[in-house]
Formats: sequence, C-alpha cells, structure tokens
Amino acid sequence: MIRLENLALSIHGTPILRNMSLSMAEGQVFGLVGESGSGKSMTALAMMGLLPPGAQVSGHIHLGDTDLLTRTEPQMCALRGNELAMIFQEPMTALNPVQTIGDQVAETLLIHGQATRAEARRIAQDRLARVGLPPDRFPLSRYPHELSGGQRQRVCIAMAIALRPRLLIADEPTTALDVTTQAGILDLLKGLVADEGMALMLITHDLAVVAGLADHLAVMQKGAIVEQGATEAVFRQMNHPYTRQLFEASGHKPAATEQVSPAPLLEAENVTCEYPVPRTGLLHRPPPFRAVDRVSFTLNRGESLGLVGESGCGKSTLTRALLGLQPLRGGEIRLDGQIVNAGERMPAGMRRQMQVVFQDPYGSFNPRHRVGRLVAEPFHLTGRPADAAVRVAEALLSVGLQPEDAQKYIHEFSGGQRQRIAIARALITHPELIVLDEAVSALDVRVRAQVLDLLADLRARLGLSYLFISHDLNVVRAITDRVLVMRAGQIVEQGPTEDILHAPQHPYTRELIAAAPVIPADWQDERTHDARPLV
Amino acid sequence: MRVPAQLILGAGLSVVFLAVALLSLVWVPQDVTTLSIADRLQPPSDLHWLGTDHFGRDVLSMLMVGARISIAVALLAVGIGIAVGVPLGLWAAAKRGSWVDEVIMRGNDLIFAFPSLVIAILITAVFGPSAVNAIIAIGIFNIPVFARVTRGGALSLWTLDYILAARVAGKKAFRISLEHILPNIANLLIVQGTIQFSLGILAEAGLSYVGLGAQPPTPSWGRMLAEAQTLIYTAPRLAILPGLAIVFMVLGLNLMGDGLRDLLDPRLRRAAR
Amino acid sequence: MLRFALTRFVSLTLSLIAASLVIFLVIEVIPGDPAAYMLGLNATPEAVTALRDTLGLNGTLAERYLNWAGGLLRGDFGQSYSYRVPVAELVFERLWVSLPLAIYALALSTLIAFPVGLIAAARRGGVTDYGIMGVTQLGIAVPNFWFAMLLVLVFAINLRWFSAGGFPGWQDGLLPGFKALTLPAVALALPQASILARVMRSALIETLGQDYIRTARAKGLSQRQALTRHALRNALIPVLTIIGLQFSFLIAGAIIIENVFFLPGLGRLIFQGITQRDLIVVESVVMLLVFAVISVTFLVDIAYAAVDPRLRRR
Repeated sequence: MIRLENLALSIHGTPILRNMSLSMAEGQVFGLVGESGSGKSMTALAMMGLLPPGAQVSGHIHLGDTDLLTRTEPQMCALRGNELAMIFQEPMTALNPVQTIGDQVAETLLIHGQATRAEARRIAQDRLARVGLPPDRFPLSRYPHELSGGQRQRVCIAMAIALRPRLLIADEPTTALDVTTQAGILDLLKGLVADEGMALMLITHDLAVVAGLADHLAVMQKGAIVEQGATEAVFRQMNHPYTRQLFEASGHKPAATEQVSPAPLLEAENVTCEYPVPRTGLLHRPPPFRAVDRVSFTLNRGESLGLVGESGCGKSTLTRALLGLQPLRGGEIRLDGQIVNAGERMPAGMRRQMQVVFQDPYGSFNPRHRVGRLVAEPFHLTGRPADAAVRVAEALLSVGLQPEDAQKYIHEFSGGQRQRIAIARALITHPELIVLDEAVSALDVRVRAQVLDLLADLRARLGLSYLFISHDLNVVRAITDRVLVMRAGQIVEQGPTEDILHAPQHPYTRELIAAAPVIPADWQDERTHDARPLV
Repeated sequence: MRVPAQLILGAGLSVVFLAVALLSLVWVPQDVTTLSIADRLQPPSDLHWLGTDHFGRDVLSMLMVGARISIAVALLAVGIGIAVGVPLGLWAAAKRGSWVDEVIMRGNDLIFAFPSLVIAILITAVFGPSAVNAIIAIGIFNIPVFARVTRGGALSLWTLDYILAARVAGKKAFRISLEHILPNIANLLIVQGTIQFSLGILAEAGLSYVGLGAQPPTPSWGRMLAEAQTLIYTAPRLAILPGLAIVFMVLGLNLMGDGLRDLLDPRLRRAAR
Repeated sequence: MLRFALTRFVSLTLSLIAASLVIFLVIEVIPGDPAAYMLGLNATPEAVTALRDTLGLNGTLAERYLNWAGGLLRGDFGQSYSYRVPVAELVFERLWVSLPLAIYALALSTLIAFPVGLIAAARRGGVTDYGIMGVTQLGIAVPNFWFAMLLVLVFAINLRWFSAGGFPGWQDGLLPGFKALTLPAVALALPQASILARVMRSALIETLGQDYIRTARAKGLSQRQALTRHALRNALIPVLTIIGLQFSFLIAGAIIIENVFFLPGLGRLIFQGITQRDLIVVESVVMLLVFAVISVTFLVDIAYAAVDPRLRRR
C-alpha cells in the first residue's frame, strides 16, 4: 500500500538519503531502526512532505495510487492528518501549551472539514477515550501542562488517528518516556494497528522495541537501508555486519571483575532530602516535597553498585546528596567512615575521593576551556601538582585518547569521546569512587558498548568503585554487581543484580522488568548456534 | 564564521562617530564657545561647511563636540549599568531562590517603574541639571537591565552539568561565577551593552533637549535641536542636521548590536556544532 | 485565576509603597530646608515658617511620610506653591491631555505593529520582510521629539493640515482635541511601533520553530494556518512583555513631546514645577507617573494569565 522507490534526499547539496526502497502493508507495523544521524527521521519527514527548506528529493513515495512527491503543497495539506499522520519524539513540547487538548484533537477534524464543531468535539472525546484518556478523568478542557509525558503522547496519538489515517508514522514515540510508560504506549499503538487496520511506521533506535512490535524491519545506516525483511527472519539471519554489530552492542556485557572481600566505602543511613513547594496562596505553603525518603545502603570498596528508577523517583537528588551538593533533611552519609556534609564545609580531601560523570556529553564541559584545563579542574581540590600536565596526559591515555587532545576544544569531539573526557576528569584526582549518573544513556548503542568496556577495564586496573545510576535495566545488568531499585524516594528492593533481575521480589521491580522490551531469547539462541543462515 | 553585512555597516558608522568625537578633543574647525552675531544663520560655505547657528557658531564644530558629549554620557551610563548590574545579576543567580535573589529582583522591578526621564527629573529637582546627572539617571536605568540579562543567562548556565562538575571539584559560587558563568554570558552582555549604548544616546538627546543634560555653553545634539525649534521656519537646516547625527549614530549602534547577536548567538552556534 | 490576580495585586500595592518611599526620601535629601529652597534667597523667615506649615514639614520623618502618603490616598496632593491651588486640581486638569495622548499613541503603535510584524514573519526572508526590517531599523533610531519637529515642518508649516502646537481643550467636542493630539501621538507611536513590530516578528518566527507547530503541520494545517491558529497566541507572551516595558518609554516620550507641541499636559507641568522650584508639584506628578507604570505592569501580568493557562495556577 505504501511504497518508497529509490528515494534520495539532499539538503543544501549534502546527501542525506540514498536509494531508499521499502514497502508496507495495511494492518502491519514496519520498524525502521538506526543510530542517530542515520536518516530515519528525514525519511519520515520526506513521506509527510515536511522537509526543511533547501531539501531536494528524487524517487517515488506511493500511497496507494498517488505519488506523494508529485503532489502540490495544498494537496499535501489535504492528505496530512487525513490519510497520513505522524507523532514525534518529545511529547512535552509537541502540544500547543495555550490550547486545550479537546480543541487540539478536534482541530484535525475541523481543518479537513470532516465534522461540525459539535461533532468534532464529540469525536475528539471518543478518540481520547480510545487512547486511554476517558472524559471523566481527562475532560476536553484540560491543558497540556496538566498532563504527564505519557498522557501527552496519548493526546498526540488521538490527534493523529482522529480521521483514521491509512498510515501513521511514529518517530521515536517512546524514547523520552519511562519504561513503564513506554510499555503502555507501545501496547496502545499495537492495538490501534489491529483495530483500525492502518499501517504503522515505527522509527526507533532500540532493537528490542521493534522486536516486540514490528512485522517487518529495515536497518538504516548512513542514509541507506542495509538490510530489511520480516522481523524474525532479520533477527535470526543478520546478513549485514552492521545489523550484527547493532545487535551485539545492545546486549553487550563487558568482562566481569572479580569481587574482593566486602569493606564499606560509602554508607547511607536513613538519608532524607526535601524541597520547598511554591506557595499556593499568600499565607498558605504546602508541606515540603520529600524527594528522598529514608534511604539506606552500603557500597563496598571495589564494588559496582547500580541505582535504578524512573524519572522523578529521586535518584538525581540522592546523587547530589551523596556528592555533598544537596543538604540533608535527615540521616547521614559516610565516605570511608567520615560524615559527608553538604556545601562548602565538605573538606577537599574527601571530595577528592568521589568524582562524577554526568549524562549530557554536551552540557558537561565549559565550551571556552581547552580539554587540558577541563580535565585538570579537580586539581582545585588538591592544589595543582608540579606534574599536572603529565597526569592530564596519563588520564587521557587511560581513557583511550591522545595526550595532544589536551590542546583541543570540546566541540572538536564526538559524544562518545566527550564521555571519555568526562571519565578522564573524574580520574585525575585518583578517586576511590566514581558516580556515573546516566553516563551512557545519551550514547548510541555501539558507542555505549565501547564506553562500558572502558569502565570495566578501568575498574579492573585501578580498583575503582562505581555507583551507576540509570533508568536502563540492560545497562545495569551489564556493569553492576548489586542493584538498588528506587521508587518515589524510597529503595524498594536491593540485592545482587542477577538475582534481582531473575527473581524480583517487589511488585514494582517486577513491573519494571516486565515493561522493558526484550528480543525473544530463542531468536538469539538460534543466531549463536547457527550463525550461517539458510537462504 | 561569516561576518554579517549589518555588523560591518554598523561598526563602520559607529567608528566614524567615535573618531569624530575623539578628533574634537584636539581639533574642531571653529571654536564653539565664541559667539559672533554678525555671522549668524550663515548658509553652508567654504568657511562653515554646514553653516552657522543663530549665535554665529559653526554647526559642524558643534556637531563634533556634541558627538563627544553624547558618546561620553551614553558610554559612562552603560559602564554604571554593567558595573552594578552584572555583579548583582551574578549574585542573584548564585543565590537563586533565596531571599538575596528576591530582594535583588524586587529592587530591579522598583527601578523599572521609574522611566529614565523621571529619574533625571528627580535628580535635577534635587541637584540641578548637569551632564553628570544625566549620566547617573541613565546609568541607574541601565542597572536593572543588566542585572536581569545577567541573571537570566546565568540561571540557564547554573543548571548545566559543567557547573555541577565544578562544584564537585570543590569550587565555590564566587569562583564559578567568575570562571564559568561570566565568560559564557559575555556575548549576551556585549549585545545588551550595544543596545543600551544606543538607548543612552537617545536618552541623552531627550534629556538635553528638555534642558536636563549638558549645560551651556557645552553644545549637545539635544539642545541644538531645542534651540533650532523656534527657527524651524527660517533655518530648517539647524533642526535637521543634529537629528540626522542622532539617527545615524543610533542606527550604527543598532546594526552593530543586531550583527553581533547574529554572530554570537549561542543558539546559532549550537546549530552549527 | 482570581488567586493569581490577588497575588499580583498585593505585589502591586507593595511596589507602590516602595516607590512612594523612594520618591519621598529623594525629595527629603535635598540639602537644607525644602521651604527655604522653594522660596529662594530673598524669602523672609516668616514666609519660610508659613510654608513649612503648609508643606507639613514639621514632625518626624515618619510622620511627614505618613501625612503625605495618607494625603495621596485621599486624593489630597497638597497645595502648589507657585500656582496657589491644590496640586490635585492641577494634575487632574493636565491628565485630560496626557492620558488621551498616551492611550492614543499606544493604540496607534499596537495597531501598526501587529499587522506589520505578522506580514514580516509570514514573508520571512522575502523582499517585504527586508523592506519592513529596514524601515523599522530606521524607526528605532529616530528620536521621537525630532520626528515630531519633522512632522511639524511637513504637516503644519508646509502643508498646513495641522496646527504646530497648542491644545484647544475638549469643550468644543472630541474632534478638535483629537486633531491637536494627532501629530504628537504619531510622533510617539512610530518609533514604538518599529520596536514592537520587530519583537512581534521575531516572537512569531521563534514560535514557528517550536515542536507544536510541526505537530500542527502534521495534522494538515498549512504554514499560514499554523501561524494564525497556533503561533500567534503563543507569540503574544513576549509581545505583551514589550508592550508593558514600552509604556515606561512612552511616558518619558510623552513628557518630552508635550514640550515640542506646547501641550498643557503633565510633562509641561513637571518642568514648570522644576523651574519654579515647586517641589510638591514635582513630587506628585512623579508619583502619578510611577503609579501609571506600575499599574500597567499589573495589567500586563493579568493579560499574561489570560493568554497562558500555565500561569493561572501560580
């Protein structure tokens, strides 16, 4: 029903897509997988006719009998929202903040002249109920800011399916969402495809998501499809080396480090943190929000401890408290037996023991300083040693970079290299403990696998301890010995990582594990046993 | 990086005015303090390139000295705004959410309620009119502008991970503000400084037009216009020339500000990354 | 919404109290005796004592402030020394020139700026856009009082369509009054409109880059429909901020423009007050102007909440 033939695209002369051919059928899910910059989103925008200025397209995009590339802009307007619909990655900004959700869903119907105002509102209510937002709890008069991210994505879906389009394109629809929310949205999309008989193009970087949902699968690399076919067959065969690399990287587990005898390094005892809540009236101030609620745990010397939880569970606040950046409301944190006090009272010698690597490879560095100065910043704690330049060079070498890189600015490095620089900065004061705050979450799978290897290697060589904070169970499984599961400010479960992942005790842990998409085990087994597939 | 055309044009105009103002310190075609009624209202000639005014003074010379007054007042006023406003803004951002922040921001709002002319009127009512009072009045008006821009820019930086990294490295708020915040909001401040400079030129002209700026015999563009107003029928040249000087000076600064913004805008730079 | 308005109203009141304190203290710091200062060097001691009484200068600082502020609340601004009439009477009379002028100019600048900014944003990068940007760039650079003089030169002296100054009053009907205020209002409005149009344009362009515009386009809205149905209302938020800030410039501009056109408004009154050392008049008019700016800020805050539902809950 939908066919791309030799689609090619360039923007201001830079080639983006080449020789893209694929076909999709109604009532089926087509998965488009690739790393960032592979051209998957541009493929979607080309199909919608929403390419940025300066785009040159050639080839054909057939929707039924019409070639979309020959349509005029007014003709495309009539098709968009009607025959073709699309939802995007970031639900927090995808809705107009000053318009009610009812008006925004009804607009799809009104703009195409398919309903009167009253009918449009009735249908909008209907569609919102279909996507899981029933009118008694989510009246049409709600504004986007009154909804959570997952609920907003549901509104976007209601908007997209209001006119029962033949094709729905979902561009990373769950990447910005928590894993349990993601599971709900993916279920909804699956149900809609079955009920409405539309075609769904699911664009994602996550192989596990397509494995669970897509009937067909295409793998993209550098603007071209390298492999496509029925999902199970592609997984079982993996004809193209790139597909194989992606697959291996997504389940990558670095070599394990043997555990030394337990001796406590970092101890938290009933740690509690609160935030003041803004006044709701002139005199009335509600009680403070308790972000971290009586958390206790021990991290042993040489251990890698995971901390897993969804957004808003308090893991960032806990991290800050552990680093001595956030005052405690109650409880105690001890590093090597000494009490960690928040603020400037924390002695430099103690800060030196504990360094951190953050999530965002772009926001983690002052863009005006050279790498040498960035990496040397923690020397503030020890006083700048005479051999500072040598130690910076050593740190850079130990994370797989070159000493000459100290002279460069941060914008000259890729995301993965930046995380290596962040690790070098954390290593420079020879700390005992490194806090890794979602340190690999922003990286593509292949780069992520390399950084995980580096971390495992450093731990083995330098005897480091890690506190590894993540929302991703796969990554936690790869790099931690023990894991803490956090929810609503509390640790609900803790224990050895493999035990928790295989036999979770707490219902929330079970929910988390059940929600995480996985590639069916037998597809992988077959691959390892019989790597040379029959054709 | 491509330099925007408007930046070249604007900087060119501004440099010409600055050069003329500096030149007037050492040389002007005619002395502007001697009056010569015999030469009054002369049309442009070889001796007086732009003619003379109703006291027989050389208009070109007066415009040159006026440029100096105008630029000096506006520049010093920007200096006051930066010297007071930027530290306040940095302080407020470092103490975001605390009572310090609240007091600084409410103080800002309070100053914003006084238009610069009203501040000048109040100061004049107390101390009498002078160029110094004009500088203080415009300078006071500039303080909350720079404090807000600084605080806004600094607040967005305080949420970034490299600030957290500096805190983990044990650096205190004061050091972080100087080392990490200030250099990264310098672009914002340069652009805002250009805008306030041009607003200062306009404000100085307005103040001296109503007699609250530089006092006679010092010539200023605003007072030249005030004096020309009664002669607008007989010698419209006297009313048009100082006005054109103001327009080109302000235009130059605004074009330069817009050009700098295009060149330095962090969003554009991020897009190019 | 009501709670939001109430909170803003309390902050309005606090700002007014703070502003009145500042003005009062500034007038108080005048070196020497205000009464002697106002009467000049040749005043007799009896005259100074008498004036001190009328000014309410006897008593502690706090008492004098409360007296003055209490008077303001009752509409009693004190007695003008130079005019020998209550200041309230003077101010009220002049307000009937200044207020219509300010509203006229604000309305004019908004009416010009909105469509111009909208067209420039819709035709972004085109010839129309470049033309508008050029003209507005020039408009910002023109001092309003000089523009006023040029208007007089062209429309009053050469074309004789308007009179060069003066104000006939409202007693002969609205038309002569508005005619006399037209050139001053245009002189005030055009530079303001230039700024506003540019803000409108850049706010619209910024909004057009937001994710929800892409969502709207994916629904089938054309670029123009996305602009009018989604971008416009969101762009109003920064535009409102500028309108609020501009009011302060408009007041300063109006004071000067009244001098160009010899309009008997508050601007003329305040300068007469300064030259005649009539501090009570200066103090009262300044307080009134600051009151106007703070009230407009309050109205802008309320307008924000009307436009943006996210603010209503705060």
